[in-house]
Amino acid sequence: MGLLLLLAALDGLAYAAQLFMVAVGLTLVFGVLKILNVAHGSLFAIGAYLASTLVGLAGAPELSLLALALAALATGAVMGPLIERGLLARIYEKEHVLQLLVTFALFMILEDVQKLVWGVQPLFEDAPVRLLGQVEVGGIFYTAYQLLLLPGVAAVVLVALTWFLRRTLLGRTIVAVTHDREAATAIGIDVRRVHLVTFTIGAGLAALGGALAAPTTSLVPGIGVQMIVLSFAVVATAGLGQIEGAAVTALLIGLARSLAVYFAPELEVVIPYLLMVAVLLIRPAGLFGRAELRRV
Amino acid sequence: MRSPLAVAAGVALLLLLAFLQPWLRFVSTIALATGLAVLGIMLLLRAGQVSFGHALYVAAGAYTVAFLRPYLGEALFLVLAGALVATALGLLVGLFVARYRDIFFGMLNLAFSMVAWSLLEKLYSLTRGTDGIRVVRPSLLGLGLDGAAWDWALFLLALVAALLAGALVARYLGSPAGSALGAIKTRETRLEFAGIAARRVLLQAYLASAALAGVGGAITALATLHVTPLLAYWTHSGELVFVAILGGTGHVLGPFLGAVVFELVRVHAAAAFPDAWQMILGFVLLVIILSAARGLAGLLDDLARRLGRRG
Repeated sequence: MGLLLLLAALDGLAYAAQLFMVAVGLTLVFGVLKILNVAHGSLFAIGAYLASTLVGLAGAPELSLLALALAALATGAVMGPLIERGLLARIYEKEHVLQLLVTFALFMILEDVQKLVWGVQPLFEDAPVRLLGQVEVGGIFYTAYQLLLLPGVAAVVLVALTWFLRRTLLGRTIVAVTHDREAATAIGIDVRRVHLVTFTIGAGLAALGGALAAPTTSLVPGIGVQMIVLSFAVVATAGLGQIEGAAVTALLIGLARSLAVYFAPELEVVIPYLLMVAVLLIRPAGLFGRAELRRV
Repeated sequence: MRSPLAVAAGVALLLLLAFLQPWLRFVSTIALATGLAVLGIMLLLRAGQVSFGHALYVAAGAYTVAFLRPYLGEALFLVLAGALVATALGLLVGLFVARYRDIFFGMLNLAFSMVAWSLLEKLYSLTRGTDGIRVVRPSLLGLGLDGAAWDWALFLLALVAALLAGALVARYLGSPAGSALGAIKTRETRLEFAGIAARRVLLQAYLASAALAGVGGAITALATLHVTPLLAYWTHSGELVFVAILGGTGHVLGPFLGAVVFELVRVHAAAAFPDAWQMILGFVLLVIILSAARGLAGLLDDLARRLGRRG
């Protein structure tokens, strides 16, 4: 029992780390662009597939961690500007329902792009996990990759992101746009650039989550949709636009899910959403969100 | 668009299609069933809301038919039961999601449908997982039909259901309640100032949309005689939204027009490009939205107006 609990906690931690990286990108993009990118899950999937390909190409296991980072960077740097400039920049002034439909259409397109490029057969490439070996915790051997690397990277992302947003000029510009787009434009902030930078960072985070998840699971069509739905649950539970809140909530949902895997497997898929519904019933704006004033 | 004329033309066209080829009869039946579900999506779009999870209610209707078939031999009752179960589920989910708008409304619906899809896949002992459940052909109005007679009967059942639903929805949209629904999209706060509870208005439309999707799902199950979890998958929800935009939300004929075109194209295209089908839908959806077109119903409307001016 104790051993199972420990195992569930470790699994939950590793899972929460992945979940956080994807969810924080989603919530950051929403905070600034006020658009929920439904295709965020596809960026996760593309990052994962590309990582798997690059790890295969790298050959030497020592290079495999580098390949993961490269996959995340490449996906973010290419897909981010492409989607923001090519598509989203055209719809900032449109109705919410149309914005949602546009990112949903993009999602439909990218899900098939991924099938056309990487096929529908499961891919599995765990060289990075094998490279780092195992560590012993309380009598359990656990992969160092999941125990140390994943939560480590997630913590670095959290710290770096909050530092960037609070302490650097560009970061503070982004926060200014989040609070009031019009006022920010009036004092000379280039909102176009802020949108581009934010979306690219968000896309990169989704791809990073994917790249780091790739060695721990086999990649099949449909991982993108699972991730967007789950990371939306995290973001909604935390409150849209909340970064630290997303970290806490990802941990909460990650742990709850892995506890369910060990102790009530049939509830595994339902638990995250039960949590979300329970939180939203009591606090409709999420755990850390503030209720918005309604405008006439 | 002059409605009675357009409806008569639509019915005549469908009857002609159904006469031409046996497989077209099946496609027309499925198109009508899809159109019913899309009619519900259209109602929500009128309120400025989009649901990415309405396949949930299609699946609810279809699985109700599959589960009840061993105990119930009459197709009409099965369809009614499908509508009832979908509506009850709609009430449960709707009481929650009607509190939300826009992003939350769309994504919460998606989340609920994906939970349902996972459960349908995982609870093998109950649902037989991805294998799905075979439905034994029931009787219709007490007549044990098979072969072409059954195809015709089911097609007519779908046609009658579509006409009935279309008339009801048109009446609803013309009523004060229907105007209140449109006001959710334009100025919800003013609606509340006028003393109308927006949440209740949206919930009513949500229940109607769940019921319509349930009927559509039940008819689909009777036509294919086989139900699988794919009915609840997000791609199916996406197709419903796609058809709604393709058909246009300005007129109750839009969803059916969209559905017929969609199903006819799908018969060929989905087989030819199985891995690019969603991509094609996505591109067409983008083009329609970014060009601010009003869908097929809008196109026909413009055409009719131009002809009218000339004549």
